[in-house]
Amino acid sequence: MASAAELRALTRLHVREMAARLRAGHFTARELAEAHLALAHAQDRALNAWASFDDERALAAAEAADLRLAGAHAAASAGEKVAPAGLPPLLGIPVALKDLVVTRGRPSTAGSRILEGFVGPYDAHIAERLDEAGAVVLGKTNMDEFAMGSSTEHSAWGPTSNPWDLDRVPGGSSGGSAAAVAAFHAPVAIGTDTGGSIRQPASLTGTVGLRPTYGRVSRYGIVAFASSLDQVGPFGRDVRDAAALLQAVAGHDERDATSAPLPVPDYPAELPDPDDEAAALLRGVRLGLPREYFVKGMEPGVEAAVRSAVRALESAGAEIVDVSLPHTDYGLATYYIIAPAEASANLARYDGIRYGHAVRDGDVLANYLATRGSGFGAEAKRRIMLGTYALSAGYYDAYYVKALKVRTLIKGDFDRAFAGADGQPPVDALVAPTSPTVAFPLGARLADPVAMYLSDACTLPVNVAGLCGLSVPCGLSEGLPVGLQFIGRAFDEGRLFRLGRAYEAITATADWRRLEPTDLPKLDDPATPTPAERTARLVRR
Amino acid sequence: MAALSHADVAHVAHLARLGLGDDELTRLEGQLNHILEQYRVLAELDTEAIAPTAQTIELENILRDDLPGPCLPVDEALAGAPERAGDHVVVPPIIAGLDE
Repeated sequence: MASAAELRALTRLHVREMAARLRAGHFTARELAEAHLALAHAQDRALNAWASFDDERALAAAEAADLRLAGAHAAASAGEKVAPAGLPPLLGIPVALKDLVVTRGRPSTAGSRILEGFVGPYDAHIAERLDEAGAVVLGKTNMDEFAMGSSTEHSAWGPTSNPWDLDRVPGGSSGGSAAAVAAFHAPVAIGTDTGGSIRQPASLTGTVGLRPTYGRVSRYGIVAFASSLDQVGPFGRDVRDAAALLQAVAGHDERDATSAPLPVPDYPAELPDPDDEAAALLRGVRLGLPREYFVKGMEPGVEAAVRSAVRALESAGAEIVDVSLPHTDYGLATYYIIAPAEASANLARYDGIRYGHAVRDGDVLANYLATRGSGFGAEAKRRIMLGTYALSAGYYDAYYVKALKVRTLIKGDFDRAFAGADGQPPVDALVAPTSPTVAFPLGARLADPVAMYLSDACTLPVNVAGLCGLSVPCGLSEGLPVGLQFIGRAFDEGRLFRLGRAYEAITATADWRRLEPTDLPKLDDPATPTPAERTARLVRR
Repeated sequence: MAALSHADVAHVAHLARLGLGDDELTRLEGQLNHILEQYRVLAELDTEAIAPTAQTIELENILRDDLPGPCLPVDEALAGAPERAGDHVVVPPIIAGLDE
């Protein structure tokens, strides 16, 4: 049995290293799960990345993985050939799920009081897939209520801190998943991205996050926010880890009618381990740099890091061409009509009758008003109100239909960039900032919803157009992580992973790559304030 | 487009079945009007001839095979219900005069 320090060292490994060492018998899946659970439990007060833990199911899954590993060893020593494909790549690997992935017999609150006490009657498609892959689900991570937010501060269970600076937000809405991966509580995590909720927190926490194309991953068993925009995707500490997690969950599922009946490429197999091979993937690639993504309010340090990353890609052999996506500035308004409209319809189901929070206050109408008035938090109420208004008689055409038409224009911008138009050659992918700023202080944008919405100016056009986007770390500004975003054609996730892997390879020796999140040591100090206490202090100041 | 009045906000809250206090309505009035101002930018665009896009991947008529399969047992389906009687969810009467 390993010492506490040795167990903690296990949490620093990448997925492929964990997998190789599990197979070589250096440690067991149970030890690996215990190492992560011990770290996550010990630091949860100071970080608040988790909504609930599932030690029992995690340890049972780990023991099942150990049995499969032992079976493979026994077969190998008996002289039988064990095909490498016989053991799935995520066997025994710890995974965190965002708290809107329903799992049987376990809570899923989506960060909302209205789902307090809700226990899942079935497993989401991706939970089934992870089980089949032998992955070890540690628990559920904190999030903005119903994935509405860019800071994880709109959670009924309190905010999450950023491991790089505990006085700052981790981004959102998948901020718990991002913080958990950045703080080594799990090597990979599932998030969802409706307007940037994977890429923006990945950018703010120095992790890798992919929003897959609409239809790539089944949403069966995922709490719905905005159904024409929601997608499920992976976080990891590098591109290969994120690709391994997407591989395990992507693909058609007939229980989600919007899931695409298309084959899924072998993403990890296309990502070389040697840096020189990975860097060579950039040769002959044409990347478009959309000028509109260097938006008003972008921090100079963020712009400098992104432009330096673009120069590095160019020096390594990529061709960079300036492109224009002229309707980018309309993305925010378009998104903030379509998403609340869909949300107001999706959230109508929380009525206190079949499950979840319920307040009895007289007749049916009084029950609805009391249940929903006390169950939803401030941001969910704002979005329900906006959506209800945008869909109401007399305003439907002016707001909702207008937004759907502008959506056509925004999608057309991307189509033209990828096809080549107006004298511009076609591009293989776009390269842009992920977030206009680094992580902002807790409480800084809570009072101004529009300032909060601007966090996603560079990510939400991708959702509006139904495309895929990858955020990879590209350096620091003022000591905080900056993300570089690659945007791809529909179902071109494999190319984004290759570009992200190539970028990792050409910056493998950069100083910032060697840094761990600055505030990790504080997470072990029992005197460290909670994120909620920090927010109270910062807002008062 | 005219700004939302306090009464408009209260009406939308009623449509959305949200029971909100007067202080919440007042705060929402300010915030919603600020957000609606951001929407005005869309009026700059002439979209007369543009078709709306409701979904992006153009899947059509998705059907599954019509085969019997297992479904959630009643006990499990009702396990989360706040009030239950036998195999039913209990709700307050919705038709007047049926209380007795």
